[in-house]
Amino acid sequence: MSAILLAVIGLLGFLTGYQVYSRFISEKVFKLDPEFRTPSHEFEDGVDYVPTNKFVLWGHHFTSVAGAAPIVGPAIAVVWGWLPAFLWVVLGTIFFAGVHDAGALWASSRNKAKSIGALAEDIIGPRGRSVFMIVIFLLLLMVNAVFAIVIANLFLSTPSSVFAAWAVIPIAVTIGFLVYRRGVGLGIPSVVGIVLLYLAMWGGQYMPVVLPESVVGLGAASVWVLLLFVYAAVASILPVWVLLQPRDYINGLQLFVALAVVYAAVLIGNPQVVAPAWNGAAASEWGAPSLIPLLFVTIACGAISGFHGLVSSGTTSKQLNKETDVRFVGFLGATGEGTLALAAIIAATAGFASLADWSAFYSAGFPADGTTAFVQGGAQIVNQGLGLPVLFSQTLLAVMAVLFAATTMDTGVRLQRYIIQEWGEIYNIPALKGRLVATLVAVGSCIALAFGAGGGGGSGGLIIWPLFGTTNQLLAGLTLLIISILLLQRKRAIRYTVVPLAFILVAATWALIIQLRGFYESGQYFLMVLDVLILGATIMVALEAISALQRTRRGGGPPAPTTKEPSPAETARSS
Amino acid sequence: MLQVVLEKLRALGSLVREFYIAPHRGVVAREKRDEDDLFMLLVFSEMMGIPNPASYYTLEMQPILYERFHDWHTRMGMEKSPLEGFRCC
Repeated sequence: MSAILLAVIGLLGFLTGYQVYSRFISEKVFKLDPEFRTPSHEFEDGVDYVPTNKFVLWGHHFTSVAGAAPIVGPAIAVVWGWLPAFLWVVLGTIFFAGVHDAGALWASSRNKAKSIGALAEDIIGPRGRSVFMIVIFLLLLMVNAVFAIVIANLFLSTPSSVFAAWAVIPIAVTIGFLVYRRGVGLGIPSVVGIVLLYLAMWGGQYMPVVLPESVVGLGAASVWVLLLFVYAAVASILPVWVLLQPRDYINGLQLFVALAVVYAAVLIGNPQVVAPAWNGAAASEWGAPSLIPLLFVTIACGAISGFHGLVSSGTTSKQLNKETDVRFVGFLGATGEGTLALAAIIAATAGFASLADWSAFYSAGFPADGTTAFVQGGAQIVNQGLGLPVLFSQTLLAVMAVLFAATTMDTGVRLQRYIIQEWGEIYNIPALKGRLVATLVAVGSCIALAFGAGGGGGSGGLIIWPLFGTTNQLLAGLTLLIISILLLQRKRAIRYTVVPLAFILVAATWALIIQLRGFYESGQYFLMVLDVLILGATIMVALEAISALQRTRRGGGPPAPTTKEPSPAETARSS
Repeated sequence: MLQVVLEKLRALGSLVREFYIAPHRGVVAREKRDEDDLFMLLVFSEMMGIPNPASYYTLEMQPILYERFHDWHTRMGMEKSPLEGFRCC
């Protein structure tokens, strides 16, 4: 099987989905109106509400939603063969993620650009808001823990990436300083910064950083995890312009470069997919769980992700120039993430020399270290196609994945801190209101999960990946529920959002039950408790969904709110 | 021709700048506003009858600033300290 064929079929699928399905959804279901006065015009203030060029807005949306997760999930899920992962990524992007992202953007722009959390309270009621808060806290907890483990694994498997991955911090800080403190234009700092980053990648080949096997009784992976959380804690309390903003910018540029490099290498080198289309041995011999339902939670970002709803509502929606831009920004933004997930599938199935090599990697245990498969496989493809040295290509892809994951950790810890401070306000616990204590609680809970899940933060820590995917799907479920109710209130067809909602709720519940049994049998009691918590949240989401839809059908409004709690996004905006 | 190319480059530059600024525009504006608020408080608090909290901390810095203060006021052309409550010579 030629990887070009896989890439072309996938990209054509995305193109058709955008041209046909997104047009249908936009015109017949959301009925986007070019004359509708969007919040960016209605409340224009030059700060939050700013009508923005749709290409720029698409760029933000795409780079905000595409990170390390659409690489890790698909690269793990190819253990069942490339076909199931490929189908779920392509069809999921079109029928699930595209509708979800565009729907969240539409719902928010029709409701004064409110965040999904605020809409949950308005439309479902105070309980909907509480479920939202619980789900988002669990999601942030897991995303921070799992991304620390992903980065630690990459540092161990690709030591040449360590130097550049840390060198990006002074580069970003310098760009931020020049732009904000010295008023320098972006052109020269951008070019110099990117050149320095690539020089650091080149230099990293000659100075790989390898930690000793044991440091004060801790393994190398554990030490990296701890160092990364120290970084995340410091980064999350720095002003945004100092580090997060320039890092985000560098990441955005890197994302476009990396996608261009991987797809160009595939088209020029035409590697062969060595993995089987369908791998029956995964479940029967290699210890992987059953494909159904685990595939649908292992690949969350790249098929459907609740995180996108947080970006769509409250942030992107405040900058939407025309309502008809929802299709371009929301649907095409999700499609952009799909292309990254497709690149990860190709790298993890066509980048191995032979089926034996591929089998040796993936039969070692579930979940496999997908990011390493992406980096090593992708490097072989880049080497064949573009002639770049293998080690440099590995460093390039590893640094890209590390930057994505680290920026997500920075944002994730920051958001977790906002939630903890919010709880401090709500329950009047003075200690939790402070920035430092709240950050320490956030980081401490993530470290506990990273170590509790993986016996010291090693590759075993990826065991929580499917749990993370499930929680992400739950958040997407809440968003789809809100979109469905808004559609129902307008007497529009809801099957295009209710079918994906029902599908992911069933898949999430089923996957949680299977994992619960697995955690019990392997004695992972900490993860069992977490699983039960998420299962409880899933049942609450399902019950809220049924009750809210029935109430809307009968023409009733949401239950009266009891207390007003600001959403994390609202807190972020006000801090 | 050159004019057209330059205009296109300028347009691209403004798009890139927007790409950099827009996602964090609100948060940065709020951070700037908070700093401005603090500055205004420090400048105008005593006029409004509110003791300036910074003065207590600057008092602690007196031993450190003492030598530099004398150098500063002589350099500025003031033979003696201009501040009544802060005599150095």
